[in-house]
Amino acid sequence: MSNDKLQTATVTSADINDIKLQESLAATAAQPVKITARDVKVFYGDNQAIHGIDLDVYQNEVVAFIGPSGCGKSTFLRCLNRMNDTIDICRVTGEIKLDDRNIYDPTLDVVQLRAQVGMVFQKPNPFPKSIYENIAYGPKLHGLAEKKSDLDDIVESSLRRAGLWNEVKDRLNQPGTGLSGGQQQRLCIARTIAVSPEVILMDEPCSALDPIATSIIEELIDELKQNFTIVIVTHNMQQAARVSDRTAFFHLGNLIEIGATNELFTNPKQKRTEDYITGRYG
Amino acid sequence: MSNLTLIVCLLVVMAMAYQLGMVRSRKVATINPVQRMHSRPQHYGMMVALWAVLPAFFILVIWNLLAPDVIAALVQQSLPPEIQSQDAQAVAVTLRRIANLAANFGIVAEAADWELAAAAYMQQLQHSSGLMLTALMAAIAAAGLTFSYFKIAPQRRARHQVERVVKAVLVICSTIAILTTIGIVLSMVTETLKFFSFIKPTDFFFGTTWNPRFSTTGATDQGSFGLLPLLSGTMMIAVIALLVAIPLGLMVAIYLAEYAPAKLRNTVKPVIEVLAGIPTIVYGFFALVTVGPFLSDLGQTLGLTIRATSALTAGVVMGIMIIPFISSLSDDIITQVPKALRDGSLGLGATKSETIRKVVLPAALPGIVGAVLLAASRAIGETMIVVLAAGNAPALTANPFEAVSTVTVTIVNQLTGDNDFASPQSLVAFALGLTLFVITLLLNIIALVIVRKYREQYE
Repeated sequence: MSNDKLQTATVTSADINDIKLQESLAATAAQPVKITARDVKVFYGDNQAIHGIDLDVYQNEVVAFIGPSGCGKSTFLRCLNRMNDTIDICRVTGEIKLDDRNIYDPTLDVVQLRAQVGMVFQKPNPFPKSIYENIAYGPKLHGLAEKKSDLDDIVESSLRRAGLWNEVKDRLNQPGTGLSGGQQQRLCIARTIAVSPEVILMDEPCSALDPIATSIIEELIDELKQNFTIVIVTHNMQQAARVSDRTAFFHLGNLIEIGATNELFTNPKQKRTEDYITGRYG
Repeated sequence: MSNLTLIVCLLVVMAMAYQLGMVRSRKVATINPVQRMHSRPQHYGMMVALWAVLPAFFILVIWNLLAPDVIAALVQQSLPPEIQSQDAQAVAVTLRRIANLAANFGIVAEAADWELAAAAYMQQLQHSSGLMLTALMAAIAAAGLTFSYFKIAPQRRARHQVERVVKAVLVICSTIAILTTIGIVLSMVTETLKFFSFIKPTDFFFGTTWNPRFSTTGATDQGSFGLLPLLSGTMMIAVIALLVAIPLGLMVAIYLAEYAPAKLRNTVKPVIEVLAGIPTIVYGFFALVTVGPFLSDLGQTLGLTIRATSALTAGVVMGIMIIPFISSLSDDIITQVPKALRDGSLGLGATKSETIRKVVLPAALPGIVGAVLLAASRAIGETMIVVLAAGNAPALTANPFEAVSTVTVTIVNQLTGDNDFASPQSLVAFALGLTLFVITLLLNIIALVIVRKYREQYE
């Protein structure tokens, strides 16, 4: 119990820094808050994976989560669209708000939530269907297109925005699994865009890709920022530095530090952040 | 000495040789402290044991294959010339009488003096053959043992030799399994060809009447052997069985794989698999006593005429029998669909059942088709349920409420009772068996190809 309190205490002390930073950032970004997380704790059975995290995500910004393996960054990300619901033993407490609405409210429809908060996974996971069907899957589910021509438009615009249209426009009926790894991942991004979410969560989207495919995805993230709020988990600190506006450093289930990306990498406030980004551990 | 005694002796020799080899290799190791032994003592022991036993065992096998013929030839030469000059069949009959005398089984009619003499000669030959075999085996076993015993040396690769023998044994075992299959097929093919010398293949494969007159009933013509009524009965019952088993089995599989908690799944799955372990004869009388009358009563209330023993009864019960084939295999296949695909669908805002219908099942479909085909080939080959519950009426009908007969039932009918195995009435069973074999083989091959193709998708 006392241990628990202690941890809460450390987090709060770290938060004091954060709040200052966030205030300064909010002032410059002048964007409304999209996601608010307060005192989020996640348990796998008796194991606590996340020890009370407070964090805000602003509209149309890219936030990167970094940290060593097992630090809880992916777990926390999966809380944001309740993907952890699919794991039986997983339990989430605390409060996460999307546009001032608590997403863990029992009256909230998780299907609606996931349409609003899309997700791109670590390994490209196109359905074993045609490229067209892969994109059309979500819009069909949510009834976004009345006519076939509407659906065609959604498919085309999604593929265009994911920068894949020119590569696949002549083979929309071929299986999505036949594309290269980088193309598959962009297909998955296009699939997510097709349901017009507001937030896109990316769980190490480039970890299975080669450097060229990675750089294409990174450029894509930069463009998507215009229309979407993006939260990205990455193992690669250079990637976080390249694509994100703000970076959050997680360690052992705690949020150690969050701040403007260039500031966090050049001038970390916390000793543990500094140790991690300079390669002392992780 | 009898063969059994000889084999027991070989096993004793083997155990001793093993010990001897181990002890010797340890001793050799202490004599040569400089050079490390290549293999462990067990391997040297096993090497000596194999050298002692295997050559002797081969001699035993070959001797047993050849000796009876050699003895028979010798006895035949000793027979009086007028007997030897008879035709081959008569000589064979005589030799069989002599062999029975020699084995003290006794024979029909009084034994002639020369027969008794020949039998005594045969007994004597068999006795000396046994002695010679024992002596030969003892000599070879001793030679093998001594040879390998003194061959034990640090550079001797006993481990590799033992390994080669293990591999050879495995190869021989699998060869036996394959040769048996080929043998069965060949014997069926030869009998089928005999059948086709009586009945034209076109009459068999495209005939619409099944009426094989048994010669015992005094009929003079051969009757008609049309396959189609039997095949249609088989297919009808199999289709009914699949109509019952596919929906039920698939639902069970989906529930177990996607919805059931792990604890429940681990209990329920084996319980359902018990269905596959119930002897089919039990299903047969379950169909006859319970399901048949029930369906018949049900038909009455609905204003339908359903016979108690009908294609429907047999099909429904068979469907219950093959549920576990479909549910268990499909469950495994559905569980193999990667979690990433489910996450992808759920992450787009699909519900669980939408995800299952639109992503998981299509991805698992090839495997499920494979499972269904395996179940179908099981249904086509099933006999006991149909014997009891299908009514055994080989008529070409499309009405599932009527009694039908199937290929398997007909094989049973044609081969039971007092039969002449050279008549088309019996030989047709082999033609039917071969047809059935080809059908199920094709289904199995298709199923395997589909299942394999499906596997590659995720590897």
